[in-house]
Parts: sequence; structure tokens; C-alpha cells
Amino acid sequence: MSDAIRELTEQKYRYGFVTDVAEDRIRKGLDEDVVRLISQKKGEPQFLLDFRLKAYRHWLTMAEPSWAHVHYKPIDYQQIVYYSAPKPRKKLASMDEVDPELKRAFEKLGIPLEEQSRLANVAVDAVFDSVSVATTFKKKLADLGIIFGSFSDAVKEHPALVEKHLGSVVPYADNYFAALNSAVFSDGSFAYIPKGVRSPMELSTYFRINAADTGQFERTLIVADEGSYVSYLEGCTAPVRDENQLHAAVVELVALEGAEIKYSTVQNWYPGDAEGKGGIYNFVTKRAKAMRKAKVSWTQVETGSAITWKYPSCILQGDDSVGEFYSVALTNNRQQADTGTKMIHIGKNTRSTIISKGISAGRGQNAYRGLVKIQKGAENARNFSQCDSLLIGDRCGAHTFPYIEVRNPTAKVEHEATTSKISDEQLFYCRQRGISEEDAVSMIVNGFARQVLKELPMEFAVEAQKLLGMSLEGSVG
Amino acid sequence: MSAKGKGTPMLEVRGLHARIGDREILKGLSLAVNPGEVHAIMGPNGSGKSTLAGVLAGRDHAEVTAGTATLDGRDLLPMTPEERAVAGIFLGFQYPVEIPGVGNLYFLRTALNALRKARGEEPLDAVDFLEVAKEKARLVELDPAFMNRALNEGFSGGEKKRNEVFQMAVLEPRLAILDEIDSGLDIDALRVVSKGVEFLRSPTRSTILVTHYQRLLEYVVPDRVHVMAAGRIVLSGGRELALELEKKGYAWIDEEAKRGAWAEPARVSP
Repeated sequence: MSDAIRELTEQKYRYGFVTDVAEDRIRKGLDEDVVRLISQKKGEPQFLLDFRLKAYRHWLTMAEPSWAHVHYKPIDYQQIVYYSAPKPRKKLASMDEVDPELKRAFEKLGIPLEEQSRLANVAVDAVFDSVSVATTFKKKLADLGIIFGSFSDAVKEHPALVEKHLGSVVPYADNYFAALNSAVFSDGSFAYIPKGVRSPMELSTYFRINAADTGQFERTLIVADEGSYVSYLEGCTAPVRDENQLHAAVVELVALEGAEIKYSTVQNWYPGDAEGKGGIYNFVTKRAKAMRKAKVSWTQVETGSAITWKYPSCILQGDDSVGEFYSVALTNNRQQADTGTKMIHIGKNTRSTIISKGISAGRGQNAYRGLVKIQKGAENARNFSQCDSLLIGDRCGAHTFPYIEVRNPTAKVEHEATTSKISDEQLFYCRQRGISEEDAVSMIVNGFARQVLKELPMEFAVEAQKLLGMSLEGSVG
Repeated sequence: MSAKGKGTPMLEVRGLHARIGDREILKGLSLAVNPGEVHAIMGPNGSGKSTLAGVLAGRDHAEVTAGTATLDGRDLLPMTPEERAVAGIFLGFQYPVEIPGVGNLYFLRTALNALRKARGEEPLDAVDFLEVAKEKARLVELDPAFMNRALNEGFSGGEKKRNEVFQMAVLEPRLAILDEIDSGLDIDALRVVSKGVEFLRSPTRSTILVTHYQRLLEYVVPDRVHVMAAGRIVLSGGRELALELEKKGYAWIDEEAKRGAWAEPARVSP
């Protein structure tokens, strides 16, 4: 490997600043009192406290999973602060009353919260540590009957909707981290799109971890009623800290008959330094349920986190439902990723597509893990999977773990996989034409990821493209 | 070897030695190319033709151990490949590489603008660039469909070579070095290559054609023909030298080289 590539892959994280705001945080550690305290702080109805307690009690009986291709020191769950919120000065009536420190923090991240300075077609819910601090364009959306805002507000204002769908896609007992999240989640986003409504703008949540020693446990629930459409974006960053921080989120999508949900993520949590010190443990459960003729599309660009453990999945329950998964995961330095999807075909004529692009540089380890399951009743189910890996340098690794279970003879399942390297020939070719080595690597990586990037909404695609370059480069002009 | 006394050569190589691993490939090679000239370098396989082309463009597979190489009087050897590109060197690759997902035109515009930037010129925007690209594509009879495909991905051998000539026509180098651009080409493609080379022929530009066969030289008439053997230029002459080689083959050159016929500086025929 050339020196230039080594230099290029020395990553610089641009979002590592800490914002100085007064925090309302509870004591370290987790027990039933902490769960009750969180619920009480949020003034929750009984059903939610019951949900949390059931989850907590179940979590106590579970063991942390160890099957993923990642390695880390055991997490001490008693050393984590489970609730931390920037102290509000008073109840917020409008955006003007958001703490200026917080506004500045989001501006620095490129997410201005003033509606007039936002691009007109994106509504943003900004989540800072454990709580949502602001949501833009709330009123404009409400005129169409679209509910979009913090999970906490939804619990207060639309408890019946929340109670009906919470845990309907990811039950509290689903897995270790989902159970933990169900017990202690503090906030997140909620969206409901009424029957037949196409959301006129992208809905977006920006997650920011700020406080030290805290975990972030947000919960997102999106319900697209019959025949509706929504495109939802999610972005994440965190400050540079020497300790590892846990992020265990749950995302549930419900696409009712004929609805379509497009869910895009650009994940750029702090990845740790070049030696692997610090960084976010990103242990996330994301799942969608698609009813008849519904379509769910997951697109993710994962460049951050020390460890990513994440499998956005689709339960294709209704006949003629469609699931898609487009993923770019980049691991550099000591980052590890074990990511992929599950496509569970239950209904007839269900179709799924999986396009996964793994990029490994430095000493990064990148694993694709995917399950395609065709149930007995899923007549004429179709799946196409393509998993490509790109290696940069010779100290990184790429791994593919595809699982296929077919219980219906009419199914058609295709799987393709390739592994390639950025060759010296490719770099020399670019340089001979006048393109610097740094730009050449960035170009080749973006070319490799193109099939996925083109699935992102335009504004996000540009950001993701820059991020891919930045995650590999030492500096960007 | 003299430069025909026409003033300063554009490219001047003197006593160049280079090795790959432990094997010495270039053994004291000298060559001078004047502005406006087209030179052909011929020779048997393994004589070091492609190594020479690579060394001039800055490929780091070979290590230069002695000698000099200058372009317009500037020392080439310490320059990076991209600096040489800025100085005006273009290498047409024997095996052009594929870069999946990167559009042919996008690649070429990035390259052109990198060169322009390094030369202190304004970048071309997408619209202006497209105009230039279309015009050059017509010149080399490149199907516009190729402009929008990923760089060389799934191109046939001939299409890749045509694409090299297309890139050359757009980048307008001072010195084009075409490494076996004719291998695997049919008559039509050969004609296209010659059009590209003729298009660039001007008093301020030069071309080096590295080729095994004299067939290409029926389409592009060179000013000078050189024969390489065992890491050096052993014979230089006019176009008739190529025809002589065609008749006699390379075997006798290998024989002579083995006998040590060219231990001394090369014979220059008229």
C-alpha cells in the first residue's frame, strides 16, 4: 500500500465539538427505579410505564448477543447515564425560545433550526442527547393531517396511535438491545401520514449525542396509513470522547395497505481515533412491516461509529409487498461493522432487493450479514441480493454471511457477491490523467457506492458523497 | 544520437537505466523527440518498450538507476505522475483500466479540470465540457453511448483503445505516448487512432507510438522509427526501417543483440 493511501485513510472527524449546556441528568446505572424515574420525568401514561417495566424485566433474563463479527470489551451497564436532557429554561412556545447554545450547536452541524433558513422541502426534528429540542414545519404538516414531532409529544397528544403501534414491529423482547431500549428510551421521532396523503416534504430527524457517559436510546415510530407516502431522513453525530458511548435505538415502520415509506440514514457517529480509542457503539434494531401492496425502502450510508451492529429489515406480510435495502458501510482505522438486512417473505408475490456495498480501509473490519427467508405461504416470492466489498490497503477485512431459508418451491432467490481492491493500476491511471491520488480514491469509492447513493434524496446524496470522501481523506479543501 | 539539429528537443532521454526488481530492463537508453515529430518505437517483446513508456509517465513499477529524462528542458524524473500530466505527458495505456460506477465523461472532466487548475486556467463547467467532448467524440467516431457509460467497464478491447484516443483528443497533451495502441484493433479502429494522432499533429506537439507491428505506420506516417532491443535503441531511421523490419522480422535483431552487436552506441541509418 502506498504512503499516500495510508495518509488518505487517516480520518479526521469534523463534528467532534462539545456544546456547553446545563444538563438535567439522572444518576448512573440501571434498575427498576431508574426506569420509573425516566417515565415519571416524561409524565407518561400507565401503558408506557408498563411497557418499559415488562421490557426491563425481560432484559434482565437475556444475555448480550455475541454472534456478530465484532470485538469489544464488555459493556458495564451500571456505568451509563440513561437520561440526560439540556435543561429548558421554560416551556417552549416557539422556535425563538430554543436555547441559543443548542441552536448554535445544530447550526455548526449544518442543521439550522430556523425554518426560513432551512431548505423549504425538509422538516427537521432535532434530538439532543435524550430529548427532542425542536421540530420545524410542524404546522405546515399538521394542515395535511401529518403528525411529525418528538416521540414524547406524540405520547402526550396521540396516545392511542402510539399505544396501537409501539412494539408492533419490534416487540420489547425481540433482542437484547431492543429490550434495553424499550425499558429506557427517552425520546425520538414520531410520524403519522394519514390515508392517501403524500408528504410534500422530506421528514428528517437529526440525532446528536453531547453529554459524557450517557447512552442514547431513541425510538422512532413511523406509521404510513393506507395509500400514503413519506420519505424520511436520519442523520447522526457525536463529540470526540475517549470513552465508548452506547447508542441503542429502535426504529419501527408500519406501512399499511398500498403505502410507501422511504427511510434514509446517513450515520456519522464519532468513530473513535486512529488507534480505536473512543467512539460510539451503534447497536440498533430497525424493522418495517409492509402490508398488502406496500413498499418499504431502507437506504443507509454508514461511515461513523466504532462498532455498527444493525440490520434494517422488512417483514413482507401483505401480498404483493416490496422490500428494498440499499447500504454503503465504510470502516476505516479500527472501525468494525456487522450490518445487513432481513427480508421475511410471508405474503404472496412479495419481492425484495438487497444491494450492499462494504468499503474497508485502514484496519477496518466490514461484515455483511443478511437473511432472506421465504415462508411456506409466500407463493412466487422473489429476492435479488448483491453484496460487493471494496478493500483499500492490505490490513482491512471484508466478510459476507448470507443466510437463505426457502420453504416454498416457487421462490426465486438470487445472490451475487464480489470483492475487489483499489488497484495500483487504477490509481496510476487516474494520476496519469492529472487527478491527485486523494481525489482518485474518493472517485473510485463513490463509483463503487453509486448504485446505493442514487437511491438517496438529492440533498442527502451530495452530503453522503462528501462524507465518503471525507471519511477517507486526511483533509478536505 | 543527435536531434537532427532542429533546436532543442521536446523530449530528451539520455543514458537511461531502469530495473524492475533485480532485472535491468532499460540499459542506457537515449532518445530525442523534437516538437512536431511523430516517432515510432518498435522492437521484439521484452525489449523494454512498455517499461520506457511507463517510466516516462511516472509509473513506479520500475526504478530508474541512472540517466536523465527532460521535457522542454525540465527534469521529468522527480515529478509525480500528475505533475507530468500537467507538464503535458499523456500515456495511452496498453491495458486501460476499468473503474466501475465512475462515468466516462465525469472522469474525463475531472481530469481536464485538474490539469486546467494546475495550469492556472478556469475549470470548464459541465455544459462547456460537453460541447468539447461531443466534438472530440465525433472526431474519433466514438459512439456517444460510450461517453455516458462507466469508465471502460464492459468495453471491448477495441472500444477501450478508442476511448484512450478520445481522452487524448480532449486533453490535448504536448507529448502523447501511445503504448501498443494498435494491438487487437481492426482496420476501422486503426484509422480512428490515426485520425486522433493526426488531429494532434502540430509544430508544438509530439507523439511516440510504441508498437510491435508496422501496420499502424501505414496509417500514421512517422518522422522517425527506432528499434529497441535489450533495453536500448539499437537502430534509428526513417519510415523505411519499419518496412525492413516487417520483411526481416525481429529474430535477427535478437540474434545480433545476443552477439553483443550493440554494445557500442547505436548505428543511425539515414
